[in-house]
Amino acid sequence: MNEQKRAVSYLESASGILSWLGTSDHKRVALLYLFAASLWFLIATLLGFSLRLELMFPGKQLMTAQTYNAVFTLHGVIMIFLFLIPAIPAIFGNFIMPLQIGAKDVFFPRLNLFAWYLYMAGGLFALLSLFFDGPPDTGWTFYVPFSIMTQTNVVLTTTAAFILGFSSILTGLNFITTIHRLRTEKMGWLQIPLFTWSIYATSWVQVLATPIIGITLLLVILERVFGIGLFDPSKGGDPILYQHLFWMYSHPAVYIIILPAMGVISEIIPVAARKSIFGYKAIVGSSLGIAFAGSLVWAHHMYTSGMSDMAVLVFSFLTFIVAVPSAIKVFNWVATLYKGSIVMGPPFLLSLYFIFLFSIGGLTGLVLGAASTNIHVHDTQFVVAHFHFVMFGGTAFAFIAAVYFWFPKMFGRLYDFKNAYRGSTLLFIGFCIHYFPMFILGLQGMPRRYFDYVPRFATGNFIAGIGGMTMMIGIFLIVYNLWRGLRHGERAPQNPWGGVTLEWMLPSPPPTENFESAPEVKAYPYDFEEGKKL
Amino acid sequence: MISEQHEHHLPYDPEGSRLGMWLFLFSELLLFGGLFILYASYLTKYTADFVIAGKELSRTIGAINTIILLVSSYFVAASITAIRRNAPRIAMLYVGSAITLGLVFLINKYFEWGHKFHLGIYPRGPALEDRTNGEVIFYGLYYCVTGLHGLHVIIGGTLLAFALYYIYRKKITAERFVFLENAGLYWHLVDLIWIFVFPLFYLVV
Repeated sequence: MNEQKRAVSYLESASGILSWLGTSDHKRVALLYLFAASLWFLIATLLGFSLRLELMFPGKQLMTAQTYNAVFTLHGVIMIFLFLIPAIPAIFGNFIMPLQIGAKDVFFPRLNLFAWYLYMAGGLFALLSLFFDGPPDTGWTFYVPFSIMTQTNVVLTTTAAFILGFSSILTGLNFITTIHRLRTEKMGWLQIPLFTWSIYATSWVQVLATPIIGITLLLVILERVFGIGLFDPSKGGDPILYQHLFWMYSHPAVYIIILPAMGVISEIIPVAARKSIFGYKAIVGSSLGIAFAGSLVWAHHMYTSGMSDMAVLVFSFLTFIVAVPSAIKVFNWVATLYKGSIVMGPPFLLSLYFIFLFSIGGLTGLVLGAASTNIHVHDTQFVVAHFHFVMFGGTAFAFIAAVYFWFPKMFGRLYDFKNAYRGSTLLFIGFCIHYFPMFILGLQGMPRRYFDYVPRFATGNFIAGIGGMTMMIGIFLIVYNLWRGLRHGERAPQNPWGGVTLEWMLPSPPPTENFESAPEVKAYPYDFEEGKKL
Repeated sequence: MISEQHEHHLPYDPEGSRLGMWLFLFSELLLFGGLFILYASYLTKYTADFVIAGKELSRTIGAINTIILLVSSYFVAASITAIRRNAPRIAMLYVGSAITLGLVFLINKYFEWGHKFHLGIYPRGPALEDRTNGEVIFYGLYYCVTGLHGLHVIIGGTLLAFALYYIYRKKITAERFVFLENAGLYWHLVDLIWIFVFPLFYLVV
């Protein structure tokens, strides 16, 4: 094809701020999400870092206890609702998923943009809650009865989460419809790339679980405004029911967060190993299995809240079941690397970090899932460490891996690899120094969410603080490096990593219409045979 | 999502639009599902109080409202048949009737709520404060569920009003009527939820 006939890229097809704010191109919507979510990530990271600094020494350092409560609440709310849940689906699901299935756009392009506006509105409400009547101090879980009694501004923050949930539902139903209806005709279900499969499984959880948190938070708002009494023990309401409803969504939500991350890793590993993924069908099945089984384990957050022993037993058992599909994925990734001709790259390094950290996060999850050990470490720093191993070590590392992997496709430019390695490694080392001591602190009995602690916890918290600082340096190096790549990076080739899924068959950056004619689909999505001949 | 007039590069695909709508309806069902879970637990806990409070609701108005919604759902279904047979005027008549019945439902609801408010039976109201915990919970649920349902009647009615306008402007035709179908699906959801709400609050207890 001659150069002049090649379609202009989606970045150059139109200019001006309105061409972005009114776009219905899935790739542009993805970039809108990318910049907004990255900003939220940095804000929430700084909030988290300030908590770490506060805890570095016993006693008060930076902030009062009340501010500390507000900061950990906002750190959680922003990280979970504004970064972790939307990040990979809304950014890479939006950008890459339609490309991987040979579609020209998502099925409901304008609804897609509308969901972004809802996302921004939710963020705005979360920000506003900072400035009226004091930010909420309930923690991101908004447990009643405290959340209906505290004088701080819970209503604005729960409204924010409600709006963000609505946005998440719309994105989910859009993606399911897209994958069903817009797949290129030659692509059967078992020819769909694994990232798209993980987005598909995630979308179902988004559609089916999110309404529960919607109604629950709505009831908290109604409780505060009208005093209806449904969760108020003084009026006969049952706070434990609130916890059930809250976790019915919020546990599946961690699978909304981790499934797309696993999808990213499943894409990067075979490309880096130049080898077909081991157990394609097992990975597909485990994605769907996690989505299903993950919806049945919510009450393992509540072993100490007051439940029958039978319920504890059942939920403990189900929690162990859900570990199986996660482990299947880890074994498949490692088996893919076995005898592969591995080519190192920043996305692959991040994927290795992911496997290491996620495995530890997953295994410590079993310590928490087993009722007997849970009683001892419940609500301690151990939980916080486990959670961050899965959410940060898992999803945020996979997010950075995804940025490194698809950045050349999205922007048509490369970033500096050396700085990418340095930044990621600093982040990884900092992460280990930060969170391993927290496991020990938790086992020693240091509770979570406490502003101050007894002197015997001082060493662990000090070391964790050093880790936090290292992480911050890593994060800023990563962000700086990507920003530089965006401005001055080398032009990226069409297929920098030698990938075989459909997004690599397009120019970097892709044209607005993606595919001019229906693309050729391989019989098997991870067939590297052609590459070997070259 | 209901109306999404596709960008020119995406083909018209009513089946996909309906799929999107069905997924949205699932999420709506689960939204109410949370309230039904609360109802089930509190009914078990406060059975006697629920019986006392439930008897105070007017079964007559409840039954009339049920019939109104069922008939309006029939009109919506009939309007789709009419538009398929290329009879837009009849379709408009049916959709208009359904909207009118929706309004009558809301007016009934207004008087029903208004009467209870007049008696002081509302959260933090004078008459409810002295009642037992179970009765307070019953009315809390009653206002939440019927209020949320009423909101859905308003949304459904608005969608039908748009459908009416689109038929008038010939944007909904015998060949392209997925908007009317989806608005109709939403209206049936409103109806379906009421079919559960009515016995739970007016009959079971």
